[in-house]
Amino acid sequence: MTIVIATDEPPAPLHHVPLDALHRALGARMVPFAGFDMPVQYPAGIMTEHLHCRQKAALFDVSHMGQVILSGPPGAAAAALEKLVPGELLALKPGRQRYTLLMNEAGGILDDLMVANFDQAGERLFLVLNASRKEADIKHIKKNLPNNVALETLDDRVLLALQGPAAVAVLGRYAPEVAALPFMGVLSVEISGAKCLVTRSGYTGEDGFEISLPAAGAEAFARQLLAEPEVAPAGLGARDSLRLEAGLCLYGNDIDELTSPVEAGLVWVIGKRRRMAWDFPGAAVVRDQLDNGPTRLRVGLRPEGRAPARPGVSIVAENDDLAGDVTSGGFSPSLGAPIAMGYVKRPFAADGTLLSLLIRGKKLPAKVVPLPFVPHSFIH
Amino acid sequence: MSDTRYTEDHEWVRLEGVIATVGITNHAQEALGDIVFVELPEIHRELVEKEACAVVESVKAASDIYAPLSGVVMEVNGAIVEEPALVNREAEGDGWFFKLELSDPADFAELMDEDAYAAFLETE
Repeated sequence: MTIVIATDEPPAPLHHVPLDALHRALGARMVPFAGFDMPVQYPAGIMTEHLHCRQKAALFDVSHMGQVILSGPPGAAAAALEKLVPGELLALKPGRQRYTLLMNEAGGILDDLMVANFDQAGERLFLVLNASRKEADIKHIKKNLPNNVALETLDDRVLLALQGPAAVAVLGRYAPEVAALPFMGVLSVEISGAKCLVTRSGYTGEDGFEISLPAAGAEAFARQLLAEPEVAPAGLGARDSLRLEAGLCLYGNDIDELTSPVEAGLVWVIGKRRRMAWDFPGAAVVRDQLDNGPTRLRVGLRPEGRAPARPGVSIVAENDDLAGDVTSGGFSPSLGAPIAMGYVKRPFAADGTLLSLLIRGKKLPAKVVPLPFVPHSFIH
Repeated sequence: MSDTRYTEDHEWVRLEGVIATVGITNHAQEALGDIVFVELPEIHRELVEKEACAVVESVKAASDIYAPLSGVVMEVNGAIVEEPALVNREAEGDGWFFKLELSDPADFAELMDEDAYAAFLETE
């Protein structure tokens, strides 16, 4: 048999995250991901780590992601970044975070990112970028910044995600203030001597936090959280199965430069004012797709039987016409069954539509279902 | 056991008479992680050595299983289709995949013995 675990081995030497030694000490299996040597799983395994996150709390190291600060006179960073995204960043209140998209003129998505207004004066924004896209994003953003806005990359920081129903109780033991954070809130707070930037958000569908902190001292910080009875480490494998159950897009799989926010079902990221002004990159394409309907849409799929449908699997209609392709797919530990997301032509996108998946030459039935597969448990 | 041999594709083969039982090694199941799906060959299918004939999928990835030797499929292990995690628990025992009637039982001796496989794992 051929054991294929890593899929994107890069030619360049791998970067090591600041917590590399901790992962190895915990027995992680390290794999190349977006140029980083990252823990895909710990000895417990993806299934156990996944379910632990849904039941208690899981700690992920996502330090491969890009952390960036934009700074300038009050409102200037938000105004500058707004030119590149469809979100209303000028309306983003201090203490709040927003999910948005860097877009191109063709209506495609250059990256999806989190933007946090963590500064009462409105002078600084904190951005979290996908690891695989951060270099391109930074170049793109820098090229479009006015002279009075500066971009700083935070290369010496760690990004931890503490996710799960027990996350608030755990982090609250160290910083009671975090319990008062709303969903998509951001707070600068000192925790165990570390100057942290904490957001109440994540990529699992669970309540939880992402914590940015200096690399120096981060291992002791992470070990402290791991010593809490509810917390177990989880790797990128569980992170991927959790986000798939939550119906969240993975850049490069479910969204890319050739998919629009309309096709991807991300119209909600377009701010009301932006939809009146149509002043964001790709606005003309988006407007046309909203008026006339997109040719294809992102949908959830539940395959019958047990065979997982992996990215690239063809989706066919009853008459064998090609309906689309799977972009993310695997096994749902919570449902004990395969789940997938993909794009299908609009006539096939309605919930309940019966389609087939071509897996190893066989036609396996699948049904279009609403997303997410597992309900979100965000706090409100 | 001296009658168990191994392939470079991380399969084990146990010979009784002309019937070879085939599975994946403990090393392979560990590398794959939680196994969630197994597809086995049809009974009576004739396999040529190195032919892809079964599929095993973990949460993360799909992998092909190859015929370690040429022969005809005589029996498959339905238990691992019903409960794929059995392969994780009992890779080299109850988690076997299929039984082959070998075209030429003499080929069996050409596979790696336990020591050779252990040495092969060192080189991987």
